[in-house]
Amino acid sequence: MNAPLLSLQGVHTHIGAYHILHGVDLQVPEGGITLLLGRNGAGKSTTLRSIMGLWRASAGTVTLRGRPLHTLATPDIAGQGIAYVPESMGIFSDLTVAENLLLAARRARHLGELDTARLDWIFSLFPALKTFWQTPAGKLSGGQKQMLAVARAVCEPRDLVLIDEPSKGLAPGIIQNLIEALLELKRQRTTVLLVEQNFEMARRLGDTVAVMDDGRVVHAGSMAGLVEDEALQQRLLGLSLGAHQ
Amino acid sequence: MSTTPTTPSGPTGTPGIAAHTPAGMPGRAPAAIPRSRLDWRPLALLPALALAALPLTGSPSTWLTLTVAGLAMGLIIFIIASGLTLVFGLMDVLNFGHGVFIALGAFVATSVMGAMGGWAGEGAAANLLAVFCAMAAAMSVAGAVGWAFERVVVRPVYGLHLKQILITMGGMIIGEELIKAIWGPGQTPLPLPALLRGAWVMGDAAIERYRVLAALIGLAVFAGLLWTLNRTKLGLLIRAGVQDREMVEALGYRIGRLFVGVFAAGSALAGLGGVMWGFYQQSVTPQMGAQVNVLIFIVIIIGGLGSTLGCFTGALLVGLLANYCGFLAPKLALFSNIGLMVAVLLWRPRGLYPVTSR
Repeated sequence: MNAPLLSLQGVHTHIGAYHILHGVDLQVPEGGITLLLGRNGAGKSTTLRSIMGLWRASAGTVTLRGRPLHTLATPDIAGQGIAYVPESMGIFSDLTVAENLLLAARRARHLGELDTARLDWIFSLFPALKTFWQTPAGKLSGGQKQMLAVARAVCEPRDLVLIDEPSKGLAPGIIQNLIEALLELKRQRTTVLLVEQNFEMARRLGDTVAVMDDGRVVHAGSMAGLVEDEALQQRLLGLSLGAHQ
Repeated sequence: MSTTPTTPSGPTGTPGIAAHTPAGMPGRAPAAIPRSRLDWRPLALLPALALAALPLTGSPSTWLTLTVAGLAMGLIIFIIASGLTLVFGLMDVLNFGHGVFIALGAFVATSVMGAMGGWAGEGAAANLLAVFCAMAAAMSVAGAVGWAFERVVVRPVYGLHLKQILITMGGMIIGEELIKAIWGPGQTPLPLPALLRGAWVMGDAAIERYRVLAALIGLAVFAGLLWTLNRTKLGLLIRAGVQDREMVEALGYRIGRLFVGVFAAGSALAGLGGVMWGFYQQSVTPQMGAQVNVLIFIVIIIGGLGSTLGCFTGALLVGLLANYCGFLAPKLALFSNIGLMVAVLLWRPRGLYPVTSR
């Protein structure tokens, strides 16, 4: 088996007096979508934030292709080729759609320097962004903001994209659009670590899956394996994927 | 696949994107695209205030003199306050020590003008060169001291508002004492060079030359700030950092460097404002920063924390109102700024141009 792109070994994270992650071990293989599932409060978002260095891991190691990330500051971690879409989307609402994308394109100093081929690809994924190119992002709908957040993460090629609950609060039709866009990313062999509570979305997108509970990874394997094993779903998630289809 | 645009919808985006509408489905007619439009109402307060004062001042010439004086005063206040609103908006730092950079800039100008004393009485070019040298020196010294102030005084208290107030006020007191030690505790004259003394007479109105220069410099600073904030990537980063500094870092930018750069630039602007204010008063004191501090906090609160356009509008409103009130009802002049702030906050509790995500 190839070495994983991203690897977490025994990661502990404290937020103030609270001990949130209790030794997370996680492997993210290259070129597919890894789902991070679990109940509310299991530590999924904290895991993503710890990878990005937004909350510093108090123990353990995070490596990307064997290179340590846990010793780096957040901008340097991003500079290693990691993009992050937080649960809040992190959209700059006073800035236009174009300006939001320009900020994400670190190599471009102005809009004229954006990679037009890449931009066309993004517009093919999310045509609404082209329509609302000069619109302040704060005026977009929730779904459009989420698409902008994902587009921002992939507006330059990245080794790894971390996405935190993109379907949260979105209408089913919008979620469908999002799934199609993420499937396209998957076809492009973009490595994605996706936190998601929508099991139908997880089932359709996931290649591999890790399930968290109480700040630890309690199961890791293929998504297909979890989908087929209802008993495992019940034990790990207290739910049946089948019930959500 | 249809790409029929639709209007952005509510928070859940229910009707939102028609990006993946299956072919053959009836597309919705393109709705009006919401564009970024300037909210003109706060700006309209400026001509409204000026026009309201016209019949009260008695004569158009008096009104013109007061209006130019008010605009010049407002633009000087804007130069001083623009640095603070950036520091406040981007860094969330309550820098009560901002005033010390004003005094420092003004005193550096007294030294430069003293050293270039011969230039202040000679030709127009020499006069202007002396003034611009004083401004450049003041900005450089205030910017450098601001950089050190951020490193030593402010950095340990990021996110701690109460401590920021205490430590930056302490920094200002120490700064004032250092100014007294270097330049003396008393009032120091800062006379205008010959070119900028006197006034142009237009009919019955007298337009002081220095006020015109102050207004031009203020407008240049405003234009420069707007250009930087709206047309450069640095400006984009600053505006984004005002809204969500964590996300800026997650995109790969070192916001710490941006912070110290903005702080130094804000201090340099305060230094420039100090020179302008010193020339305006034709004298400087070590306490001048503390005296102006209250005024600039009123301006940035009126304008909306972190907003350059708000700061510009607020400063002009304060300048105009102070001059009109000073002429019409001198006893009310002291109250006018506070009254203006109360009125604005009753209308817009987050200031004239609130920054959305703060």
